[in-house]
Amino acid sequence: MSRLPITKTPKPYVGGAFIRSESGRTFAVKDAAGNFFANIPQCTRKDLRNAVEAAAKAGPGWAKRTAYNRGQILYRLGEMLEARRQEMIDVHVQLGGPKGPVTKAIDTAIDRLIYYAGWADKYEQLLGNVNPVASPHFNFTVTEPMGVIGVIAPDFPPLLPLISLIAPAIVSGNTVVALASEQVPYPAVLLGEMLATSDLPGGVVNILTGFRKELVPTFATHTHLRAIVGAVGADDRKALELGAAESVKRTHFVPAEGVNWLDDSAQSLFAIRDTLESKTTWHPIGA
Amino acid sequence: MLAKSPHAALTRLFDEVGTVDCVGVEERVAKYTTRSIKKVSKVKGLRLATSMVDLTTLEGKDTPGKVASLCQKAMHPHPGLEAPQVAAVCVYPSMVRHARKALGSDTAVRIASVATAFPSGQTSLRTRLAEVKAAVADGADEIDMVINRGAFLAGDFAVVQDEIAAVVEACGDCALKVILEVSELETYDNIRAASFLAMRVMREGDFIKTSTGKTSLNATLGNNQVMLEAIRDFYLDTGIAIGMKPAGGIRTAKQSLHFLTAVKETLGDAWLTNERYRFGASSLLNDLLRQLEKEKTGAYQAPYYFSEAAESY
Repeated sequence: MSRLPITKTPKPYVGGAFIRSESGRTFAVKDAAGNFFANIPQCTRKDLRNAVEAAAKAGPGWAKRTAYNRGQILYRLGEMLEARRQEMIDVHVQLGGPKGPVTKAIDTAIDRLIYYAGWADKYEQLLGNVNPVASPHFNFTVTEPMGVIGVIAPDFPPLLPLISLIAPAIVSGNTVVALASEQVPYPAVLLGEMLATSDLPGGVVNILTGFRKELVPTFATHTHLRAIVGAVGADDRKALELGAAESVKRTHFVPAEGVNWLDDSAQSLFAIRDTLESKTTWHPIGA
Repeated sequence: MLAKSPHAALTRLFDEVGTVDCVGVEERVAKYTTRSIKKVSKVKGLRLATSMVDLTTLEGKDTPGKVASLCQKAMHPHPGLEAPQVAAVCVYPSMVRHARKALGSDTAVRIASVATAFPSGQTSLRTRLAEVKAAVADGADEIDMVINRGAFLAGDFAVVQDEIAAVVEACGDCALKVILEVSELETYDNIRAASFLAMRVMREGDFIKTSTGKTSLNATLGNNQVMLEAIRDFYLDTGIAIGMKPAGGIRTAKQSLHFLTAVKETLGDAWLTNERYRFGASSLLNDLLRQLEKEKTGAYQAPYYFSEAAESY
């Protein structure tokens, strides 16, 4: 007798749990051969609101961790991805990615996590400073995480840019609400499963799946998001920047297409700085 | 001769006022959370809930300054929002005069004071009455008293009622809110019975209140429903309309709309006023304002845009 297939219900990782959309809606994703692959939750602005609440709740605890510990946890996330590397490659191939480039992209994604894990207890030495001032003050600048960061990943490739945008935001103690690739959302769901087993506290990274046109306006106007980083097209960029101006949030965008995410230029200390605030202190010293 | 055990006394009281169908109540209140209240009706509900808030601070670390800022918040909840003022501020007796000073004398915001050795009520009646009178003399408009739960559970109903009657007298013109402390009454039957005991010695315009907010279990839709139904049955029997105040654990605007749904569907529009329904809460007001601002601007709001939010992340 043949065994019944056990199919998986993909659910995005929000607030340390695997959720369905509060709307109950899903959208179907097909594999490369045009066959039905899975129904992916079509998250709404209310799911986004809930994700921001979860991220805000997780924030203070995450920011209080030592830099060393945040580095350890990012490294651990790299370990988890490495352990399920083959599964991730297979899924990409099934969904239409060519094997060679896909393998390279996933290896780069893992390496990128390790890269930012290494920065965790080092960026402050470079971005913070003791400033020369012409008065009897000890004047120094330290960095602080901004808070809840919105991340908008491009459609292709589905995983590497998402990780390239999330990792530099969380390494400094920010928490993230990310919107996964609309065309190929499943790898982001799989990433959620790895986040759940990586010692990362629930709510630090929240990944939503769904339609860009439904969620971008809320990303733009939600005042609790302190910054938006992402790879977006011209129309989305305009909507996000208008909303960001209204709610006074920082934006940092690259184009949705044409960025070489594999290149070393896609990882940098300055990506960490994009989601940091600087705090400068004037401390009087004896005359 | 009638048996004197607590059990027999409670049984006789249950026979008199009726018992509660627990499963029925739970099912009924579960339905209240499924109503779709959107847009215009939501704004109306949020504004109504705001006008029903007893803005509360009951902490050992309360200071005159903190009470003064609470009073400012009560009178002017949020600039630019045109939100209604809250119904009252609720403070300890020692803070009543500071609240009166901050609010002034011609204000619609009332001063409620917990008295009678809140939250346990475990001192002599004389001390408790003195506390009530002192709070009234300092300028309180409303008194929140706790019932003697020990006497209730021991079956000494006359003691419970006599004490409430004594406080009613000590209150004078002040409205009285009688806290049943439902978490210490254990069962829905007891909550209903205690509601009736209290209401029989109360005046029109007084309130029954769920809890002190100082125990683990506070206002829930379930015990709110039991008390609302007791109020309804008492009103149909006697024509005396008693108000209701759930307190403790109501933190979100959505919860408050669930409670208002319960009021609307159990007692009707006549109770949808702050003369007859209140929320005892400290953080609820900020969430109501946050949702009102969201409805006004269309953008989700960060909690730190509203005053006295502890969280800044």
